[in-house]
Amino acid sequence: MTNKQKKMLVRILISAAALVALYFIPISGLPRLVCYLAVYILIGYDILRKAWKGILNRQPFDENFLMALATIGAFSLAIWTKSGDYTEGIAVMLFYQVGELFQSYAVARSRRNITSLMDIRPDHANIEADGKLIEADPDEVAVGTVITVQPGERVPIDGILIEGNGNLDTAALTGESMPRSVSEGDDIISGCISLNGVLKIRTTKEFGESTVSRIMDLVENASSNKSRSENFISRFARVYTPAVCLSAAALAILLPIARLIAGLAPDWTAWLYRALTFLVVSCPCALVVSIPLGFFAALGGAGKEGILIKGSNYLEALANTDSVAFDKTGTLTQGVFEVTGIHHNQLEEEKILEYAALAECASSHPISKSLQKAHAKEIDRTRVCDIQEISGHGITAKVDGLPIAVGNGKLMQKLGIPYTDCHSIGTILHVAIDNAYAGHIVISDIIKPRAKEAIAALRENGVKRTIMLTGDRKAIADHVAAELGIDEVHSELLPADKVSEIEKLLKTNGKGGRLAFAGDGINDAPVLTRADIGIAMGAMGSDAAIEAADVVLMDDDPLQIAKAIRLSRKCLRIIKQNIIFSLAIKFACLALTAFGIANMWAAIFADVGVMVIAVLNAIRALKVPK
Amino acid sequence: MKKTYKIEVDCANCANKMEEAARGTAGIASAVVNFMTQKMTVEFTEGSDPKKVMQDVLKACKKVEDDCEIYL
Repeated sequence: MTNKQKKMLVRILISAAALVALYFIPISGLPRLVCYLAVYILIGYDILRKAWKGILNRQPFDENFLMALATIGAFSLAIWTKSGDYTEGIAVMLFYQVGELFQSYAVARSRRNITSLMDIRPDHANIEADGKLIEADPDEVAVGTVITVQPGERVPIDGILIEGNGNLDTAALTGESMPRSVSEGDDIISGCISLNGVLKIRTTKEFGESTVSRIMDLVENASSNKSRSENFISRFARVYTPAVCLSAAALAILLPIARLIAGLAPDWTAWLYRALTFLVVSCPCALVVSIPLGFFAALGGAGKEGILIKGSNYLEALANTDSVAFDKTGTLTQGVFEVTGIHHNQLEEEKILEYAALAECASSHPISKSLQKAHAKEIDRTRVCDIQEISGHGITAKVDGLPIAVGNGKLMQKLGIPYTDCHSIGTILHVAIDNAYAGHIVISDIIKPRAKEAIAALRENGVKRTIMLTGDRKAIADHVAAELGIDEVHSELLPADKVSEIEKLLKTNGKGGRLAFAGDGINDAPVLTRADIGIAMGAMGSDAAIEAADVVLMDDDPLQIAKAIRLSRKCLRIIKQNIIFSLAIKFACLALTAFGIANMWAAIFADVGVMVIAVLNAIRALKVPK
Repeated sequence: MKKTYKIEVDCANCANKMEEAARGTAGIASAVVNFMTQKMTVEFTEGSDPKKVMQDVLKACKKVEDDCEIYL
């Protein structure tokens, strides 16, 4: 609790005790009035002061003014009617203050909790100098400096591990609880925590460009994009308070006059009392605080799961998602090519792989990399000579003096070597050794293990249409789509075609339904911007994509999309409950007051009670539904 | 030009009022007050002096909500 809140609590406790004590002390007349007035001033002086300042600033219609007016009115009525019942005015003020205190406490607490969830900012970087570790400001560490990260510390800056090994806790970045083991030469992302090893890292980026800073930036600027519900509420609050005040005035003046005209007793005091009760109900606090709190909790909860959402307006859009379009490579598939088969081989598989890997050893093409990976042995480059790359065909080289050709069908035709076509999906590498066909190697992209589950989860969560947009060949695209159960496939698209494809999809999409696009970000930025919601996979992807996207998934798991949709639906449901519930109670209370059924006690309970319930309900949005 | 300032405000409705007051200040193109993160993001109109404009914004905010602070 802050000092301000503590002071308030003390005031509330003293006033409540005094009120109870005064109930039992038999005093009457002027001393009684003075005692009660003292308690009233103790509990309400700040409200009275603010109300007075509001009037001076010609901004009278705020809750302070209303509370002041209502309670002073109640006091005056008690004096006028000589009832001596001053408790009511004080009680209203007391409960109002209790409500305010609760609200400020709850909001401050959840603010602290949620921001600490997301607080991954490292406070220092250790630099070794003269055999001693010096703590430096991460901002001042130059690129290429060697920093030391001790067990339990957070990696402050992106870099490459040059000494040591150990396990990294990446939970703050990816939501993944399994530690990641790292060894020398690995890229280390800032924001991870070293669990056991002492790591020496050569920085490759400045602090400001490092992953951790980029993410902090994203988190801090999130939720400044306001949603429709938030805008609705602030507009509503602007109208609501003056409207209730006017109705109160009408109740106090017009109705008794109408009764006079109708020949009935005007009953001035009763109507004035009802009007004052109206004022008590007029504070829009419950709504105004619970809605941003709900969105904030949802954004925080999502962040904890490794889903960064850039604003509450995107939560709203996510909740209405009914179509999801995917990029293929890197989003649904791993984007790393692997040797998935070796067919029609005349020699041992190992041998073919070895020759192919040797022939391709000078190439930096992903295909070559996957060959080296499958071969998994040290390459002796001295065995290879005469490497020739025939663009669009493949490679010829001499390995151990034997002529080797590795490439597509066109290369085999060119060399006049008969070959066998393959029915497998993927890139086919034909291998010829000493001008004789030796078989072919199939290299294909691997579907992510949870991609199929992800598509099914989306369908379960009410996504009607799943679409795949890819630059890849039709056969491969169709195969992957069929495997995953995707509804529509658009293949062989250039990056620009993807944008026009998205535009077409946006046009055919039903009213109200939103189209999300998930991509891993390499040349996807324009599509991410164009879709209703752009979802970038992997915060470690390209900066441009993270900039362009509305939602960033920290790990590459497509299953997170369904989770994000579920979370946003829950949040929106809570917001809706709060709006309907608060308004219903307020209007019911106003109606009951107008008919003289509810008194000021009921009104203050309705006001504070609704606020407490709405705040507690809003905090629920923090938890991601299973 | 866009700038973000740390603010202190106690109630959500007051935050809305501050936002409105900031928007109405000359030299401000747009303003968003985030009650939960206690931040005000303002976009200045071309050629205005942020320091001077922010003084006016603070004055305008104090007028609608006495109990608020903008850390300039």
